[in-house]
Amino acid sequence: MKAVNSMKIEFQSNSANEGFARSAAAAFAAQLDPTLDELGDIKTAVSEAVTNAIVHAYPDTIGKITLKARLFPNNSLDLTIRDWGRGIDDIDKAREPLYTTGGEDRSGMGFTIMESFTDKLKVKSTPGRGTTVTMHRRFSTRAGRE
Amino acid sequence: MKTRAYYKDGLLTIRFDGELDHHSAKPAVRVIEDGIDTHLPKHLILDFKGLSFMDSSGIAVVLKAFRRMNELEGTVSVDNVPAQPQKVLDMAGLGRLIKIAAGVKEA
Repeated sequence: MKAVNSMKIEFQSNSANEGFARSAAAAFAAQLDPTLDELGDIKTAVSEAVTNAIVHAYPDTIGKITLKARLFPNNSLDLTIRDWGRGIDDIDKAREPLYTTGGEDRSGMGFTIMESFTDKLKVKSTPGRGTTVTMHRRFSTRAGRE
Repeated sequence: MKTRAYYKDGLLTIRFDGELDHHSAKPAVRVIEDGIDTHLPKHLILDFKGLSFMDSSGIAVVLKAFRRMNELEGTVSVDNVPAQPQKVLDMAGLGRLIKIAAGVKEA
């Protein structure tokens, strides 16, 4: 399916950018006239993916993260969060609920939330090369919309 | 995000205002732990009324508060939880450990 609109932003892996990234994604998704609930889901899912990149991809350095969003004519949205950091050794393990390498500061719920708050989650990673997380989310069609 | 502590008669209330994520979690945990260590309360209320956003970092914050209060044989509740933070807390099943009360829907 061909996207009808798209955006891409690049930012440093500073934790202050977690709020920036989820707000930017929500502002872009606003074109779909989402409900408050749907907007909350998008913000939460993006926050989890970006936090993973900041905490796990670049544990001791500041690196590059990109956030891409693509809007489709059937009221759906693709969100892609990419980093060029450490990568994930075992993706299946990383996706398990409560699994974390982040100690007691992290809950291990990141991927579980991304999975439940969107319709589809794809994770591609090469150790030493980086990780790409793609999420797909459909939005409800509401009365009064064109 | 702003985190403020109020103490009275064995009850410590921590009020959250703003967005709780990985970036703001550390300072929030510090306020909670300082409040607990200073007052040794019997009960801790995490008041989420002003919490406009929370991700999974907030789950770890609530669990930390719960563990610390458990050591003191005290109790914890989370009050006035708006819809978005509630959905995240539900994912972790925190309602089984801690009393969580939903916020009043604003008109």
